[in-house]
Order: sequence, then C-alpha cells, then structure tokens
Amino acid sequence: MSADGTPATAAGNGAAGNGAAGFSGDFRLDVRGLEIRSGRRGPLVVTGVSFAVRPGELLGLVGESGSGKTTVALALLGHTRRGLSVTGGEICVDGVDLLRLTPGELRQVRGAKVSYVPQDPAAALNPALRIGYQLREALRVHAGIVDDPESRILEVMREAYLDATPDMLRRYPHQLSGGQQQRVGLAMAFACRPSLIVLDEPTTGLDVSTQRHILDTMRGLCRGYGVAAVYVSHDLAVVSELVTEVAVMYAGRIVEAGPTTMLFPQPLHPYTRGLLASVPTLESADRLTGIPGQQPPPGQRGPGCAFAPRCDLALDECRVREPEQVAVAGRTVRCLRVAQVTAGRTEHPVPAPVAAAAAAPGTAVLSLREVSASYGSVPVLSGIDLDVPSRACVAVVGESGSGKTTLARCIIGLHQNWTGEITLQGARLARGARHRPKQALKQIQCVFQNPYTSLNPRKTVGQIVAEPLRRFLGLSRSEQTERVVSVLDDVALGGGFLSRYPDQLSGGERQRVAIARALVVEPDLLVCDEVTSALDVSVQAVIVELLRTVQAQRDLAMIFITHNLALVRSVAQFAVVLRQGEIVEAGPVEQVLAQPSHRYTAGLMADVPRLARPVPPP
Amino acid sequence: MTATDPRAVTHAQPDAERIRRYQWLAILGPAVRTPRGAAGLGLVSFVVAIAAIGPFVAPYPSDALLTLPFGKPSGHFLLGGDFLGRDVLSRVLDGGWLLLLMAVTATAIGIAVGAAAGISAAYLRGHIDGLIMRTVDVILAFPQLVFALLLLSILGPKLWLIVLAVGMTHAPAVARVLRSTTLDISERDYVKVAELQGMRPAAVMVKEILPSLSTPLMVEAGLRLTYSIIIMTGLAFLGFGQPPPAANWGTMINENRAGLSLNPWAVIIPATVIALLTIGTNILTDAIGRVALGVDRGTEETALVGDLGLTEGRMT
Repeated sequence: MSADGTPATAAGNGAAGNGAAGFSGDFRLDVRGLEIRSGRRGPLVVTGVSFAVRPGELLGLVGESGSGKTTVALALLGHTRRGLSVTGGEICVDGVDLLRLTPGELRQVRGAKVSYVPQDPAAALNPALRIGYQLREALRVHAGIVDDPESRILEVMREAYLDATPDMLRRYPHQLSGGQQQRVGLAMAFACRPSLIVLDEPTTGLDVSTQRHILDTMRGLCRGYGVAAVYVSHDLAVVSELVTEVAVMYAGRIVEAGPTTMLFPQPLHPYTRGLLASVPTLESADRLTGIPGQQPPPGQRGPGCAFAPRCDLALDECRVREPEQVAVAGRTVRCLRVAQVTAGRTEHPVPAPVAAAAAAPGTAVLSLREVSASYGSVPVLSGIDLDVPSRACVAVVGESGSGKTTLARCIIGLHQNWTGEITLQGARLARGARHRPKQALKQIQCVFQNPYTSLNPRKTVGQIVAEPLRRFLGLSRSEQTERVVSVLDDVALGGGFLSRYPDQLSGGERQRVAIARALVVEPDLLVCDEVTSALDVSVQAVIVELLRTVQAQRDLAMIFITHNLALVRSVAQFAVVLRQGEIVEAGPVEQVLAQPSHRYTAGLMADVPRLARPVPPP
Repeated sequence: MTATDPRAVTHAQPDAERIRRYQWLAILGPAVRTPRGAAGLGLVSFVVAIAAIGPFVAPYPSDALLTLPFGKPSGHFLLGGDFLGRDVLSRVLDGGWLLLLMAVTATAIGIAVGAAAGISAAYLRGHIDGLIMRTVDVILAFPQLVFALLLLSILGPKLWLIVLAVGMTHAPAVARVLRSTTLDISERDYVKVAELQGMRPAAVMVKEILPSLSTPLMVEAGLRLTYSIIIMTGLAFLGFGQPPPAANWGTMINENRAGLSLNPWAVIIPATVIALLTIGTNILTDAIGRVALGVDRGTEETALVGDLGLTEGRMT
C-alpha cells in the first residue's frame, strides 16, 4: 500500500537482467496513439489510446463491456483478436516497440518480457497437464532467462503464496481451488521476471475473501518485481484499492485518466461519475443511479462525443464536435463541459438514500422449516429455517458453494432432492415443479442469473413475456398484449420491444425482459438468483433499482440471492448469511451489516472491496 | 445524423427481422454466399434439374429397344445404347427422379425418427435415455448397407420397404448427434422457465428445444441425404431397386458394366451424376456447418461479437 521507495529497490533486485539498456525515461510501458480497427480499413474499435506506466506501478483500465479495454490489453501483448488489426500508434516496453517486432521476435518477448494473467484460471490452465509441467513451460521456452529453473519455480510459488512442495507440483488444475489456480496463473506470469504484466480481471470469478488475498499477493508481486502492470477490470471498487493510476475507457477511447487518489474522490468526466455512482457500498443504503442506455458499438459511433446520448450534461455541441483531451486538475479528460464541471456549476450526483420501505412487512408468504438438500449423497443445505414476510425483500448472501442457488432451486421446484417443509401462503409445496398445482407455480416466479441463457433466442420478447399469461391465466390474445405492454413499461422497456429477439438486446435489457416475464402474472414471491452478476456495474445499478421499485410498488415478497454484500443494503430489508449450507446469521439488514454477530459475516464484510466515496467538488 | 436514442443504434435492419422467424433461412443465406456453399448448391441444383426436367425432355421412351446393345454414340443416340439396345441418354434423364424422391423420403424418415429419439433421450434422461441409446447401439453395430439388405431379403424388394429400411438405418446416428446437442440445450435456463410454467415435457421439447436445433438438424439432413443416395444406388446396383425395365442410375451401372469396353458412357454418365450429387450435398452441408460454427463468418462480425461479449447469446 505505502512505501514509495520500495519499487525502485525492488526493481533493482527483482528485475535484474531485464533492465536499463535501451529504455529511456521513467516508463516501463509507454503506449502512444494506439488505434485498432475492425479489418484493415473497417470501423475504429479503439482510437487515440495513450498511457504510460512506471516500474512497480499498476494502471487500472476501466470500462463497461464493449469499451475496448480487453482489446487494448491484448494489444499490449502484441496480439489482436481475429478480425481486428492495429492500424496506428506504438506500444513500447522498455523502449522496444512491440508493434514493430516480427512474429518470431514477438514470441521471444511474450511470456518472458510481457506476460498475461487471464480472467478464468480454470479455463486457462490445461486440465490434462500437471501444475509443475505448466509452471516450467515458460522457463523451458525461454531457456537461459533464469539460471536455475527448478529453484526459480519454487521461489515464485512461495512468492505467490502457494505451497512450494513437490506434492503441489504434481497436482492437476482441478485438484486446486479457484484461488490456488489463479495463484498458479500469477506464478506463471512472474516466473520469467517480466517487464510488463497484463491482468485481465483475474479475480472476477472468485469469492470476496479469496479475491482479497489474491489482490494483496498481486500488489506485493508487482511492487517487488518492479514490473509495469495493467489491470483490466469493470469493478471500480477493486481498482480503487489496487492501482495507482486509472484510465477510464468508453467506446474505444480513454475519456479520463489520472492518479487514483485524484480521480476517484473527484471524477470529472460524466461517465466516470456515472460509473462511480453505480457502485454499491456497504456503508449506506444509497439509491444506485446507474447509467441509462448503452455504449454505441464500433462503426455506429457518431461524429460527436460517444457518451453524449447517455450524458445528462450534454449540449448540442457535444453531439457534433468530438472533445479533445485536456489536462485538468492532475488528470486528462475528454469532455467539452469539463470547465463547468470543475467550476462546480453542475450539480454532482449525490446518491439519494433509499426511502424507508413503503409498507411494513406482513406475515410470512413463504416459510422454510428444517429444509435440507443434497446432490446425490453430498449434502448442500442442512436445516434451513427461513421466513419471507409479505412486502419485504430477504437477501440471501453467501460465497460460491454456500448453497444459496440450491436454496432457490428448492423453493422454485427445480431441485427435488430435499427434505423438510416449504409452505407458500400456508400451503405445503410439493418437491418438484411438476407436482405442483398451476396456482402454486404462478405464485412463485423467478429471475435467473444469466440473461443470455434464460431467454429463448428463437422467440420474440412479446412471445416470451406472453407465455406465462397464456399458461397460467388463459387470457385472450388482446388481453395478453395489453398486459405485456404494460409490464414492459414497468420495466422501462416499452411496447417497442415486443417484436425484438433476445440477441438484439443488451445484457441489461435481456434481464429486464426476464423480470417482466416474472412480473406479468403478478406473483406473490419473486426469487432473484444472482440476477446482476453477469452484468456491468452501471447496468447492475439500474437493475437493482428497478427491482427495488417494483418490489415496493407491487407489495411483492422477494428473495434476492447474491454474493455481493454491498448490494444487500440497497435492495433488502432482511438478510440471511449462508455458509456451507447453514444459516450463520439472519436478521434485519441494518443489524446484520452494522453489528454482525458471526465472525464469518464480519470477515465477509471486511473483504468487500471499498470505493473511496466521491466528494462533491467545492 | 447522431442517434439521440442510444438504443436505436444497435438494432438490426428490419428485413433481417423476417429472416429470423425462419432460422434455417438465417443460416442458409450466408452459407450459400460462401464459395463452398455456392459450389455445393450449384452441383445439387444441376443434378436435381436433370432428374426433375429429364423425363419431359427425354428424346425416347426409356424402355424402348431402339439401337444395338452397347451401340456406339451416334447422331440419333448421343450416348449410345445400353445392354438391351435402349437409349442411354433417355434412361439417364428418366432414371433420377424416383431415386431422388426415395432418398429424400428416406432421409426425412431417418431425421424425424432419429430426432425424436435423440431429443427425448436427452431431455427425459433416466430409464428412457438408457433404453433408447442401447437400442441405438445395437442397430449401429450393423453396417448400414448390411442392415438394409437384411430387411430387404426378409421382406422382399419393395420400394416402400427400401425407403423405410434406409430411413431406419439413419435414425440411430441422427439420434446420437441430437442427443448430445440437446443435453446442452436442456440445461439452459429458458428450458427451466418453461418447466416452471407447467409445460408438459413433450411441449418443452417441441416448442423450446427443437427450434434451437435447426442447425444440427440441417447439417444432419444434408449428410444423411448423401448417405441415402449412396445406399440406394448401392442397393439398386445389387439388384434391390425399381424392378426392370424402369431406369435407375444405380441399376444402370450394374446392367451396363459388362459392356464397359463397348460403350463406356452407359456406366460413366450415371456414375458421374451420382458422384456430382453426393459431392454437391456434402459441400453444401459443410458450408452450412462452417457458417453455423462461425468458421466462415465475416471477420468483422466475429470480432464484434467477441468484443461485445455476445458469444453466449449468439450460440446456435
């Protein structure tokens, strides 16, 4: 975290042999005017991207999906995805321009001088090869880069906090936990003492506690080796804790870049401000604002500022003239209205606190008594007691493997292997959905985690949302359409979406359709299973806010399952913490989050990445 | 110029809309536009045209004895005579339509039965899965041609039986392919949603799962059609085809091979037509498969799909 002296000294011993000769200035990585197109002369995917990273420093590359951040990250390795080509700019690592190297030279550089830590370690490690073999691979390919490969491997494993034992080297990837797999990924990346490391959201799939440990390890390694690191992420909270410099990307450009300490407390670009306002926090039950709309894809970006259509500060000029990059208040910004923003002449979006729940929670809609479930003979849930009051939202929180999704599947009837009693409005529910009466099926509706698989790609939005009406209520076609349109309005989509197909929609829009499908039959209970985990932060905020509103308006009872403790406060009145299939803590949200009685809850909370709250400019 | 509604920019052109409704069109269109697909379609259309128009333009009746046995090609008889002295050209023109019709019917039977078996096995699982797939294993243990011959030698060479026999020998292979595809699709959440809406298993399979299988179904259909033609001409060559004197490309090869040195055209032409047809269907099928997998999709689209993280949603 601290000690600015360390990078220099560590760079001396850590990156010995890679160093000095040939690179000028203080920067290990210097990107200038990078331009990437689709095809050779196709539309611009990335343009005018410039940044530089000093030894031992981490730069965060932040943006929504589709902003081009991963494209830039891969370009740093001299790689472009099929169909894309770099058409301009330079990427200098230790003074060598990667874009001018021949494929053969590039191979020499990759893995040795520049290395990569992928998003999903489970997919990146070869399942058929032992860990030891995969760790030695880089050192074998780049023979002679370290004196003693065997001891180097043990050394780098210790540094990545892996057991540096022969037993560990003999294991296969599936015998390691997700965190250990990612540590192996880190060890592989650092094995050759590279100058540049590109980290592509390496903690996305991990639990908060594991994420915390990996992030600490990562920071330590980068400082210790004096590498320049680029951390690609959509998670601003993680970035704000980890990196020294941050570059925010939107529609293929860097819209704001500067030191973390300046940029996060006082964001200037409206997009950065929107992103920051979308991040949920543990501390307060703020209403999340999110950013409406979506990014224009490459080739459909207008002449003006690409953010203008979504920007509440946009003037006519913004839609016509593309803003130049200007240096203001210790960072660079691309916004025509930056002067007004710095002068404080526009109001800063101060998050509004969530109003108290409209109606007091009533009697239990759904009750679980002594519910235990198992997959085959493996127990997943044991002795769950849970009440969901009417007009209230209960958040079920837990890490992966805690059984929270199984709990949802038991309630909706997709998982049949459970014992105990689940009652809905006093009536006992059968185990499987097939054995439940239509009325019970209608009363419980659910929204699934992944909006990309929960909508049938061959049906229109209208057909998808009308289907439950036809099945449960048997309405005539005109009545169906009427109700479908009204519910689409409720989820802020509108009747214009009736004839669209799911693959024409963005992730957030798809999730709205899924919510509309659940709401259209006016259920008593809505089960939401990790509904925002596949979405961007800015979209997550919008969806959570939508759920909160419909829950309050329709007096719904709701179960909100999540791994993200920070979301709980924004949406729920009660919280239940699951750990290894057991409830370790339950109670009103305020109480659980303010005075967690169980050590596990306290630990979870401590591990949630925190964002430095933006302070309104003076 | 600039779109004020940010959503407006991302929508596909309206005429893409109508194509979507017919998913097979959405794949077939781009497939035919690839060089591979165009070549395949060209070959298939050529042979189908011969078979369909041929009977109407044939210069002579196909069963009339007009020239010398294995007579050399002449001005009157462009491809010479066959082993009985019938006009080879007329017989080639007349000998395709029934073969094609039978091959298509057999393929349709095979696909329908195979798809029904494969999808139910994958979706219903449990005992039904075991029963269906072990039956499939048993049938697959026999070579297709041998199995067809077995049926025919028991029940005699009737045309409907040939069609049925060839169709049934396709079913097991089709079932296997579709089972594996369905296993993946039936785990998707939209299928779960349908179950939670109280849909019956049969309805789930037809309404939710089947539409997502259009691509593998098309690829299978093309592949099986090729096999049908090969097996049927093979059977005709072995004597299980239309009874004489009807013309049939497969039978012609068998009948006329004795006179190969006298009038080779009586064998070469039917053989070539069969070859063109099977090669054509095969190439076309291959093009469809490649387009569906994204191998031959435009570089631009591939890149954008990956860039926007749409890979999941775009799966076919």
